[in-house]
Amino acid sequence: MSKRTVARTFDWPGTVLSAAPILVCLVFVWIIGSVLAHGLDQISWSFLTEAPTRSGRAGGIGPILVATALILAVCITVALPIAVATAILLAEFVSSKHRGARAVRLSLDVLAGVPSIVFGIFGNAFFCSFLKLGFSILSGGLTLACMVLPVLIRTSEESFRSVPLSYRLGAFALGFSKTRTIFKLLLPLALPGVLVGTLLGIGRALAETAALIFTSGYVDRMPSSLLDSGRALSIHIFDLSMNITGADAAAYRSAVVLLALLLVINGIVICASNLWKRLAGLTAAV
Amino acid sequence: MISSKTWPMSLYIEALRRARLGADEVFVCVLWTIGLVASLIVGIIVAVVVVSAAPALHEIAPWRFVTDASWHPAHGRFNLLPMIVGTFFVAGGALLLATAFGLAAAIFCCFYAHRTLAAVYSRTVELLAGIPSVLLGFWGLTVLVPIIARLQPPGASTLAAILILALMVVPTISLVGITSLHAVPQSLLVGADALAFSKWSTIVKVAIPAAKRGLVSSVILGAGRALGETMAVLMVSGNIVQVPASVFAPVRTLAANIALEIPYAEGLHRSALFVSGLFLTAIVIAMLCCAEWLGSDTMHE
Repeated sequence: MSKRTVARTFDWPGTVLSAAPILVCLVFVWIIGSVLAHGLDQISWSFLTEAPTRSGRAGGIGPILVATALILAVCITVALPIAVATAILLAEFVSSKHRGARAVRLSLDVLAGVPSIVFGIFGNAFFCSFLKLGFSILSGGLTLACMVLPVLIRTSEESFRSVPLSYRLGAFALGFSKTRTIFKLLLPLALPGVLVGTLLGIGRALAETAALIFTSGYVDRMPSSLLDSGRALSIHIFDLSMNITGADAAAYRSAVVLLALLLVINGIVICASNLWKRLAGLTAAV
Repeated sequence: MISSKTWPMSLYIEALRRARLGADEVFVCVLWTIGLVASLIVGIIVAVVVVSAAPALHEIAPWRFVTDASWHPAHGRFNLLPMIVGTFFVAGGALLLATAFGLAAAIFCCFYAHRTLAAVYSRTVELLAGIPSVLLGFWGLTVLVPIIARLQPPGASTLAAILILALMVVPTISLVGITSLHAVPQSLLVGADALAFSKWSTIVKVAIPAAKRGLVSSVILGAGRALGETMAVLMVSGNIVQVPASVFAPVRTLAANIALEIPYAEGLHRSALFVSGLFLTAIVIAMLCCAEWLGSDTMHE
């Protein structure tokens, strides 16, 4: 499309339109740049490991990183097995026209559409109050697990579907049972895709604030167990910038850490999925 | 090679179903159970929210949420209207901006830009989509709000919320827009060329109408995101319960209202917040269903 020959007059629509992507990219650079400019030089090993002091104005983010990691661990440990099992069911065992499969898909699409603040109040009412888990890392992780489940299922299902049919037919011809085909053949082949999906889910979970603020709580000391309250990194930034005066510098420092984590995670996801598309294109061509 | 993607897989599934063995049946049962659990989650969420909202729905007549004198839940006044208007005002403004920029960018990337440049833009926007809302809110609070405050105090305003939200929605609109413009059949574009359409009239008269459903669905998808966004908006919008008189006036959205008041809300107040959560969910899901329906129709064409 881009190589279409046109009369070489001044192309004003193209010039005008080019302003939009340029502006969007510039704002993106502005955001990243201002966060890095204010916070990058103050990042040190001690900042990453020490406990925050004076409500976070000074000190580090050690316990917050630990709490964040624990919340993510709970989230992925719970969500990943459910996601992979559901993906196997949807991709391998039922045709897309099956009524049950359509119901499962519909409910997952609806789940993906629920606003994050609603996940937050749901988690607060269900995990914290009804199941009596209180403000805890467990509540936060479980709430996030519900939230990232649709993403995990969709990406896992896609990676199962991207395994060529001929592999399954080969296994079928060799007399493999379905279960054996899946565990010995399809799961290893789909694993990279599932891992990329997991990273995507981790990225979503890491970016989340609204769903965590009423489930995992605010406490910024080192969590002693999963039933202890723990403050996630995004909530730490929110708290420093909204509730604590004179903590902007500390908020910038934490923001750099969060930004770096997310850019790395999302960068890997984007590169991997593009590589994927190119490889899939190759196998299709052959 | 097998060209069609759908029917051989279903034949394979059918063949497997007939050749079913004992151990496999157990495995399938386990999978179905887990799948059922996964699909029950949304039911549990709706049930929990409805149960928590029930006292307010029971004791407060529905119209009182828009006709009460003010939003003072402690004094039994539950007017959500300023928040509803604020939500739609902010989301609408953000959508207007994001649609203009997102579609312009999508058109530029599909018809004008070099492939590498278009790819660079797509990657950048994908990364932009991954920036957490709390970071955008923080940036808005420390960079954008002071700039707006210089124009017209107080700075934390509807405008700030609109700008931040537009940044969050632009990736959705431009990425889905690019996908649906790329899906326009080449034959249509070649036909327009043969009729000596200029590039611009090819875009306006052929490509955009052909991709209309996909483009509209991208905007609705963005609207769903805009309505549900909480933290970024909360951080920059000033959060005063009022129908904003101008774009420089502070505003409070429904989602922000929930986030601000849940920590201390009790009884009927808490329940009323769940009602607004339910309302928000219903709107967002309705919009996503619209987008899904429009999007799936484009796929079939």
